[in-house]
Amino acid sequence: MVEVQVLREVVSSESPRDDLIRRERFPHIWCPGCGLGTVLKCYVEAIASSDIPRDKHVIVSGIGCSGRMAGYVNIDSYHVTHGRPIAFAEGMKIVRPDLEVTVISGDGDLVTIGGNHFIHAIRRNVDINVFLVNNFIYGMTGNQYGSTTPLGARSSTSPYGCPEYPFNLPLLAAALGAPFVARWTTLHVRQLAEAMKKAMKVKGFAFIEIISPCPVGFGSYNEMREGMDFIKFFLENCIVDHNADLNKVAISMRPGDPIILGNFVEREAPTYHDLEREVFRKAGWLK
Amino acid sequence: MDQKLEELKLLKPGTYFMMGNIACAEAALIAGCEFYAGYPITPSNEIAEHMSRRMPELGRHFIQMEDEIASAVAILGASAAGVKAMTATSGPGFSLMMESIGLAAMLELPCVIVDVQRAGPSTGIPTFVGQGDVMQARWGSHGDYELVAYAPSSVQEFFDLTIEAFNTSELLRIPVIVLADEVVGHMYGKLVVPEYSKINIVNRKKYTGPREKYLPYSCETLVPPFVAAGDGYRIHMTGLTHDERGYPSLEIDDSRKLIERLVMKVRKNAKNLWKYESYFMDDADVVVITFGVTARSSLEAVKRARAEGIKAGMLKLLTIWPFPEDPVRIAGEYAKRILVAEINMGQLIHPVKEVVRCPVVGINYPVGYAPPPEYILDGIRASV
Repeated sequence: MVEVQVLREVVSSESPRDDLIRRERFPHIWCPGCGLGTVLKCYVEAIASSDIPRDKHVIVSGIGCSGRMAGYVNIDSYHVTHGRPIAFAEGMKIVRPDLEVTVISGDGDLVTIGGNHFIHAIRRNVDINVFLVNNFIYGMTGNQYGSTTPLGARSSTSPYGCPEYPFNLPLLAAALGAPFVARWTTLHVRQLAEAMKKAMKVKGFAFIEIISPCPVGFGSYNEMREGMDFIKFFLENCIVDHNADLNKVAISMRPGDPIILGNFVEREAPTYHDLEREVFRKAGWLK
Repeated sequence: MDQKLEELKLLKPGTYFMMGNIACAEAALIAGCEFYAGYPITPSNEIAEHMSRRMPELGRHFIQMEDEIASAVAILGASAAGVKAMTATSGPGFSLMMESIGLAAMLELPCVIVDVQRAGPSTGIPTFVGQGDVMQARWGSHGDYELVAYAPSSVQEFFDLTIEAFNTSELLRIPVIVLADEVVGHMYGKLVVPEYSKINIVNRKKYTGPREKYLPYSCETLVPPFVAAGDGYRIHMTGLTHDERGYPSLEIDDSRKLIERLVMKVRKNAKNLWKYESYFMDDADVVVITFGVTARSSLEAVKRARAEGIKAGMLKLLTIWPFPEDPVRIAGEYAKRILVAEINMGQLIHPVKEVVRCPVVGINYPVGYAPPPEYILDGIRASV
């Protein structure tokens, strides 16, 4: 018989990133198996390893499960109305270009109700980071379908299967000219944290679509009831291809139909800040 | 905004002949507005057009957003970063901004929203006047909150009240609405810009103490001191009902304390916020209570009624919300009848009825048109 010895000294209630987490707000509200804890972890790792002082980092979130992210990160944090964090972040970044403003919110928030702000912020190339957590469903309100729900997937408002085509977000962001476009899953922890670090360095709009498990919501309607079901699905179906043809990276969540991941776009383009300075020059404010 | 007003390229003290909407924009510049976000809409466009030219001259930010929702949210982002911010719109855009007015009230972010009222409902008559947003200005966003709304009736008042709107929003950390109308916005009139030393400019009170002791939504005072993004306090702001730390809370005490404070900071300061002007009120039997463009024809009507021997008076409200209860109540104690003149089917008449005991009759004019003095005079004659 093997004796199991618990190494108590390695079990700690402290984390090396405690300074960046609002510990007093834990336990968080997210369900078992949810990917948002991993997103939080990657974000604070990216902040910690960025060259930008912590007090210059700002997070803005909207409404929904992912919208709660702002409440757990110990930096200046703003939890605003549904769909509006990008517009809020734009106002903030334009008057304070020294701040590193990151929006972390969900698919329903950022590209369904907030889709208009999403496309226009990319078009303007405002220098913010948008980390969109895509769980294919409205989790907090009770698992209704949205603009990222795969065709045919079931939800509380698509009991016969979703009759709409989902967004192909990397294609959309790239088509609008975003200087940085990436997609990772919460299984790809290191790549995700690295992509976030890159996004913080990018001049201009940096977009990461984060595919995240939702076993309690999306999964319970689509035969993926455990967090591990998603992790296995990601393991078996994800392909990393940084040079993928973005026309072909839409997600169906059907076994055998791959989820393409990668840092798809890395390019330079004048930002809104650069272009606004040209306005200031023409107006006589700047020489 | 460390620079002195004299050093900036602002409208110089002096006398001008100017359009109301442009006077509003110049007032915002003097008040220290550093961020303007807007979306094209008639009849407020001259404000945005003027700001788009003038803001960059001062190194300040003008942006045309994708809609009025984005405009109203963007000014809150700028305000959270510590600068004074505004937007201007009209009815349909004002409707889209309602969500953010609630957010501004909840996060306690100062901002100014100018609504140049046009004829409604819906698209209505975009180029014609209306006064149908009185109740929307006060009650348009869901839930309990209070705000301040000023209503100018001249170019000068549009200028003065825009500066006042910034001051009040900074003082109380609330959204403030300037409820103008198409006529006042488009009218050309006399504007006197006083010496800068005579212009009162208020900036929000900031917290500078130690980080550990900072309670962003402290209930110790009605208006807690502000910190901006990047100040190093690691603030959390949420539209969820929150405790004094700013963290979401479901507790009855937190909800009560927060909502009471949001409401009481306006109610307890109401007397200082009321602005109004009385005309021929000393012995008035009939009092016309009115605001905005309607006050202009009402004054002429009251003068003509006086010439006919009718003891008519007028109370022009410059502050619409919080409703100036005391002056209206006093008017009601001495008058035999009160008339409420407005370009709608009866909105301001309701708070008037709440506070006076004498008979109250509405003088309502078809939406889209400013009432001529004769129309209001007929109303006065009919009441005696």
